[in-house]
Amino acid sequence: MPIAKAENERCYSNWAGSMALGLILTFPAAGACAGEIGDPENGAKVFRKCSACHQIGDGAVNRVGPHLNGVFGRLAGSVEGFRYSESMDRAGSDGVVWTRETLDAFLENPKSLVSRSRMNFRGLPAAEDRDDLLAYLRIFSDDPANIPEAEPTAQATDHGLDPEILALQGDPEYGEYLSTECTTCHQIDGSNDGIPAITQWPQEDFVIAMHAYKRKLRPHPVMQMMAGRLSDDEIAALAEYFSELK
Amino acid sequence: MKLDRRTFLGTATAATAALSAPMAFAAGHGKPNVVVVGGGAGGATAARYIAKDSAGEINVTLIEPSRAYYTCFFSNLYIGGFRNIDDIGHTYGTLASTGVNVLHDWAVGVDRDAKTVSLAGGGSVPYDKLILSPGIDFVDGAVEGWDMSAQNAMPHAYKAGSQTELLKSQIMAMPAGGTFAMVAPPNPYRCPPGPYERVSMVAHLLKAHNPTAKIIVADPKEKFSKMALFQEGWADHYGGMIDWIGSGFGGGEVSVDPSAMTLTIDGEVTKVDVCNVIPAMKAGQIAHSAGVTDGNWAPVNAADMSSKADADIYVLGDSSQQGDMPKSGFSANSQAKVCANAVRGALTGSKVFPAKFSNTCWSLIDTDNGVKVGATYEATEAKIAKVDGFISQTGESAEVRKATYEESEGWYAGITADMFG
Ligand SMILES: Cc1cc2nc3c(=O)[nH]c(=O)nc-3n(C[C@H](O)[C@H](O)[C@H](O)COP(=O)(O)OP(=O)(O)OC[C@H]3O[C@@H](n4cnc5c(N)ncnc54)[C@H](O)[C@@H]3O)c2cc1C
Repeated sequence: MPIAKAENERCYSNWAGSMALGLILTFPAAGACAGEIGDPENGAKVFRKCSACHQIGDGAVNRVGPHLNGVFGRLAGSVEGFRYSESMDRAGSDGVVWTRETLDAFLENPKSLVSRSRMNFRGLPAAEDRDDLLAYLRIFSDDPANIPEAEPTAQATDHGLDPEILALQGDPEYGEYLSTECTTCHQIDGSNDGIPAITQWPQEDFVIAMHAYKRKLRPHPVMQMMAGRLSDDEIAALAEYFSELK
Repeated sequence: MKLDRRTFLGTATAATAALSAPMAFAAGHGKPNVVVVGGGAGGATAARYIAKDSAGEINVTLIEPSRAYYTCFFSNLYIGGFRNIDDIGHTYGTLASTGVNVLHDWAVGVDRDAKTVSLAGGGSVPYDKLILSPGIDFVDGAVEGWDMSAQNAMPHAYKAGSQTELLKSQIMAMPAGGTFAMVAPPNPYRCPPGPYERVSMVAHLLKAHNPTAKIIVADPKEKFSKMALFQEGWADHYGGMIDWIGSGFGGGEVSVDPSAMTLTIDGEVTKVDVCNVIPAMKAGQIAHSAGVTDGNWAPVNAADMSSKADADIYVLGDSSQQGDMPKSGFSANSQAKVCANAVRGALTGSKVFPAKFSNTCWSLIDTDNGVKVGATYEATEAKIAKVDGFISQTGESAEVRKATYEESEGWYAGITADMFG
């Protein structure tokens, strides 16, 4: 094992180095990294599915989901400053640690491992995709020195939203009233049975997402319609209310 | 229906409240009283929101005869085999334990001068504001040969529960190659795509159990909700099984004979094995008794759902005549929240925000093949007026249709949590 590990590190630090220099990514052939989980290059592509909510890499911060630096070996629900679902908190207090096995199970079907997780993701059914993704995530976990000195890969795009709109302070009482339109579909306790949870999102992400629907940049017809008639202040009010919901 | 400890305790509380009814009436102590008649999509939502948001400042009494509410929404999925009957049953225990006084009784009359509602079980309940959300009843004589006494021979299954179970068992008992007939209702009626989703679900069931069976639909209309989507789906999935006869071909000239099990369309008599008669509809009887109807429905003001006939009575959901919104559970739930905000404001001076309404109706055509239609609405002087809308497209990919179905499952969980807590 130690040998495989050393080889792994070499592969990854190679890759990290090329990231740091901003070079076109070149990955060693799979054979050169015996013992690695999967193909991190493909994993980086798979990660695009995650990047709407999770950041990883240098400067990564918590957004809709917690940042994923150092996720391997971490206790579930333990990133400082991130408010987890009760289920994820419980997983942490039950001692669930993110290892290759637990992450693999979680990624295959998040709800199977943490039944009321707020993570709005149906899972990756293909084992190969999970392996590749885990190989990619591991790069940011081995030890802090392995985190590439590059921009976080997962900066949520703000679609060029006017900073004044982002800075608007919402009225939570109005937000509570407006939220009743959302709760016909989105469950207030953050459960997700086919429609994503929207409670406890960081306000900025909420505002960006709603404006993206309003401007029809995000594709969902119901959400385009609902957001379409909300004013900037109303979106801010909703963001304020949902972010504070317990 | 899931009976966990919490709902069980709540139901017990509700039952006790019903037995000791006079206690409930004396509970005034100067606090305003809101009485809600009907614990469905409109009524349960209104009661829950007023109780929750007024945090004890308002006494909320919900009058509902059934101890378990079976949602009409997803009842077609039960027929198709995608849900169990228990999955669509909900009790009032959580509502009771969050401060709603649940009375399992029928409201039989409204005295608008004394401001009381009388109950079938005796006694009456006083109100400051009365919210009626009794759903629908059927128009007498709408389908020649059918009345309520024929509902066992020819079920409507348009109020969910035992009627839905009866219809499904009749379909399962059809002889090989037998005929299922539906008499579809004229506009306006509850759930515009409902009869056609039902046809799809019956076809799905028959395709598996009785593939040579036939479906006939006699329809008094020329067009119906999501027509292109349903017809595309029927052709693709149930080719040749479904014969839809619109008004142009005599679909509106219908009579039935429940004892002979015949359906006559435009003079032509057909022997059928199952006949699902969905007659023309009107506001629930109590709205008529209260004198707030004009013709079949109860006209309301769009801004707060108050009756045009009485400022202290509000009418929600299917019974109301409000303008452009379809009669759906989603609409009733949406109207209930606008109404709850207005009623609370009127009684406690809390802030009243402008009305916003919306609706989306999902329908299932076949396994993982969902479609949807929706719109947003605003209150104008004259009515609830449509602002913007969308509809699924014909020819969508299987992936999109599957995602739409999964979304409908999410909506079901969402709206039932929003109604019952
Ligand atoms: C087959 C079918 C499928 C449907 N699918 C959908 C769908 O997918 N999406 C959707 O949004 N809608 C759907 N609907 C429509 C939806 O069910 C109704 O529009 C909705 O239930 C209307 O709400 P309501 O509050 O007006 O009436 P209801 O929900 O019917 O509630 C009325 C309640 O009042 C009670 N009541 C009546 N009279 C009295 C009285 N005198 N005293 C005390 N209580 C009384 C009844 O027991 C009942 O519980 C469907 C309907 C059908 C039939």
